Amino acid sequence: MYKLLLCWRYLRTRWIALASIVSVTLGVATMIVVNAVMAGFSYEMQTRIHGILSDLVFESHSLSGFQDPQWHMDEIKRAAGDDIVGMTPTVAVPAMLNFQVRGQWITRQIMLIGIDAATHAQVSDFGRYLQHPANRGQLSFGLRDGGYDTVDSQSDTTVPTRPALEGAGWPHRRMRVERERVWREKLDADRRAGEGPEAAAAEPSRSVDQQVDAVLAATTADAPPAAAEAGGDLATPPATADPFRQARPIEGTRMDPANEQFTGIVPGIGLASFRDNAGTDRFLVLPGDDVKITFPTSGTPPKAVSDTFTVVDFYESKMSEYDSNFVFVPIASLQRMRGMIDPQSGLASVNSIQIKLREGADLDRVRDTLRKVFPADLYAVSTWRDKQGPLLAAVDMEMSVLNILLFLIIAVAGFGILAIFFMIVVEKTRDIGILKSLGASASGIGGIFLGYGLFLGIVGAGAGLALGLSIAWNINSIRAGVEWCTGERVFDPSIYYFYRIPSIVHPFTVLWIIVGAVGIAVGSSVLPALRAARLHPVEALRHD
Amino acid sequence: MTETSPAILRVRDLRKNYRSGETTLEVLRSVDFDLAAGEFVSIVGQSGSGKSTLLHLMGLLDAADSGSIELDGTQIDGLSSARRDRLRNTAVGMVFQSYHLLPELDALENVLAPLMVRHGVLEWLRVRRDARDAARGLLDRFGLGGRLRHKPRQLSGGEMQRVAIARALVTRPRVLLADEPTGNLDEATGGGILDTLCELNHADGLSIVLVTHDAAVARRADRIVRLAAGRVDDAPHASDQAGQAGHACHADLRKAG
Repeated sequence: MYKLLLCWRYLRTRWIALASIVSVTLGVATMIVVNAVMAGFSYEMQTRIHGILSDLVFESHSLSGFQDPQWHMDEIKRAAGDDIVGMTPTVAVPAMLNFQVRGQWITRQIMLIGIDAATHAQVSDFGRYLQHPANRGQLSFGLRDGGYDTVDSQSDTTVPTRPALEGAGWPHRRMRVERERVWREKLDADRRAGEGPEAAAAEPSRSVDQQVDAVLAATTADAPPAAAEAGGDLATPPATADPFRQARPIEGTRMDPANEQFTGIVPGIGLASFRDNAGTDRFLVLPGDDVKITFPTSGTPPKAVSDTFTVVDFYESKMSEYDSNFVFVPIASLQRMRGMIDPQSGLASVNSIQIKLREGADLDRVRDTLRKVFPADLYAVSTWRDKQGPLLAAVDMEMSVLNILLFLIIAVAGFGILAIFFMIVVEKTRDIGILKSLGASASGIGGIFLGYGLFLGIVGAGAGLALGLSIAWNINSIRAGVEWCTGERVFDPSIYYFYRIPSIVHPFTVLWIIVGAVGIAVGSSVLPALRAARLHPVEALRHD
Repeated sequence: MTETSPAILRVRDLRKNYRSGETTLEVLRSVDFDLAAGEFVSIVGQSGSGKSTLLHLMGLLDAADSGSIELDGTQIDGLSSARRDRLRNTAVGMVFQSYHLLPELDALENVLAPLMVRHGVLEWLRVRRDARDAARGLLDRFGLGGRLRHKPRQLSGGEMQRVAIARALVTRPRVLLADEPTGNLDEATGGGILDTLCELNHADGLSIVLVTHDAAVARRADRIVRLAAGRVDDAPHASDQAGQAGHACHADLRKAG
């Protein structure tokens, strides 16, 4: 009983000990906040990655891919059974994106991904990342007649950060065509006046391209023309490998750019825009604009061919690595353009099959099953985690290192407790002697100091818990307050592609932090407690 | 007297050395001492004669090098430390020259301290009321009924020593061991403390061992034991007429009665 009373009395009279409570509090609060924000970022990142990649990716090592995706899908279905809820074939090739901004040609290195518009959104969160509300429901590679979001649909802000998307779509396209027509008329007028022959030189070649591509666009929906089928054969000479070379001389079908579009593409938003300091997105290309893409054919060796496409939407996963790299096109168009359709059998080839598993399925087990069925030297089967393994591992390691460093803060508080307690033991030596002369046991005396340490730990950690949680849950208002006070941007959305700092509090992590902090507080009172317990009563009584 | 009453303390051939580095200081060299139940004995001797050490050994605050102490029929050497702690708490009450009250606790809490040490939290909740009553009763008896909530620093020396005596008695010990209880007090106050001890000895039959270097204080006891150079000095001494002098307890009480 005396232990409780004395703990309490010492606590009330030794304010210096409260200093160590403050350091425990700060340490615990910092750890909770940092872990919450790190977990938030990590969660955001994993959701993004998982949203982009499907659960399992079944792919061929070769750029030319494998034939007959339907047969593969049936085999996969047979091997993995009920775990599979969705599959979609894709074709992915490295490519170059070219577009013109104010007379300058800008070239970007991209990954061109052919997807099945009907099924692709079923295996991943692809649909969620599009800018047109209708496309988020069901993707169409046809240009929409306006209605693109000017507010980022994935953030909870209501401020339009993309005013440029207001007129995107057909209105923008018609306006551009009209502007070009006026410009051409002006050029023609100038040429008739005998001036500016160089400036006019670019236009005829462009219109030739348009004519050629118009033919292609017209044939997209239909069965491939004979020329394309012939081009699909890998054995044929390079000269005939590209069906569009064959199509190019076709004359007479002039495309009307104001009412027709080329094959639709959905580029990553990072390819077409940048964010200025005010947080507004500036676009270099808008839905409705035409771009050129250069990609390798499926022949051996691959040949680079180019085609014109119309931007119909933007893809924004908030992972800048993907947003500035991926361009999606209809898989059938890409297969035909690359010559991936066997002219004899009519079977198309694909690079990979994206597989979605049912909720709660064991990814690794299904992956291993598929690996057993399909030979590893032809096919690679990986989970989305495998695909981003190094990145996820790096984030995990970052978190552990950060935790170790932050835990040292609490350890420093522990040394503070150690020093203060030694001081108290020396100061209270006589009282310890008195208690021993009254019959207090050594363990009882030690218990006073352990209890004292436990109390400091619990109070410090409790206060740290309250402080940490309130910061973690209100981090965005705090950020706003700090930004308002200092006038500096603490969190720049243009870097992170998040509008607010993500923060997730894992109860288990918090529990560990609290247990660790209390453990350190008790641990550092062990030595002083031992010293107090071992004091000789007679000597302690003589102590002044 | 010692032959007829059962001995409550029996010390035989007690030896204690203090070592500091190379030199060994022989503090007690074969001490024999008996305290009968209800007896009031003074132990006198010069500084360094070993009287305080003897008291600490009898109060279980220290362990002897050899020899034996029997406290209330229990051999205390060879006891486990837990049983020593228990015995110290229940069988012995100690009073010191500089009071040794706990500065954080008030008078009542100081008196209750030995009982708090004895009981765990749950047990304490059960016995709290009785313990409070006992402590209040003792403090009332010593004229401190109005100062229960005063901290030691708010009390005078005599009051602090009376609180210390109350603390020593609250456990109802068989023996009270007092180490120079009047050493820090003026003559009148010290006399009051001695009167209190005498009364306890006479009225309650409490056995008391009083260590002092003051012959006048020592004479209040029934019997005087003289320590010199670590041994009991049996030679008769002119000033050892304990109980005969005018100030002795029995004389006082005889007068009072």
